[in-house]
Amino acid sequence: MKINCRQASRLISQGLDQPLSQWDHVRLRMHLWMCGNCRQFSHQLQLMRQSARKAGRGE
Amino acid sequence: MINPAELETELPYLQRYALAQLRDRDAANEIVQETVLAALESGDSFSGKSSLRTWLTSILRFKLIDRLRRKGKEVLFASLDEETDDSDFDGLFSKDGHWQERIKAWSGPEESMMARQFWDVFERCSEVMPRRTAMAFVMREVMGLEIAEICNNLEITATNCSVLLYRARMSLRECFEIRWTGEARA
Repeated sequence: MKINCRQASRLISQGLDQPLSQWDHVRLRMHLWMCGNCRQFSHQLQLMRQSARKAGRGE
Repeated sequence: MINPAELETELPYLQRYALAQLRDRDAANEIVQETVLAALESGDSFSGKSSLRTWLTSILRFKLIDRLRRKGKEVLFASLDEETDDSDFDGLFSKDGHWQERIKAWSGPEESMMARQFWDVFERCSEVMPRRTAMAFVMREVMGLEIAEICNNLEITATNCSVLLYRARMSLRECFEIRWTGEARA
């Protein structure tokens, strides 16, 4: 059931591209709930996406 | 109708966009020229509803992907095995898979500032990325293509695509981190 940060980082990235399976989704949620580092990591990937999309729109 | 002077002010932006995907200045300039010519030829179809930049970018995107299809992938890429191996990130994690170092918040950057610096960071960072990895990232995060389209353009499986994107994000995150926490310390 439990996943480590490395596995979580892969799921976080995957989740940006396609919906995760229910099982992976729950495992990731549980991990993020406990792990500040991975919450931060996830937030940073979102920031990167937003800035990339803005750059792509010429903003 | 398009105003040529206005068109000219968009050239640097288009060049950066093309360079992010092609990583070759000559090739980037060539495709920007093609884009501008195509824009001038079909100038009547520019309704002015979208901005000139948006319209030019859509032509450029089409040309970039079309170029990839025409050139064939063999010439462009090294072995996929190497690119889909994520062992280069071993150093970031302990043996049991936890982050070695605390992930610090990027307190410095406003979101709008990050967007403005995106090309700079990406250009420098993508120099060390395998080519296909950088391309997958641009298609997904800059162009906003869906995974199925990216797989199709690069002729790779969805699984490989997701590994490439993971690697690109990991590398780029480190580049942003160096930039942001470095500046914060300075």
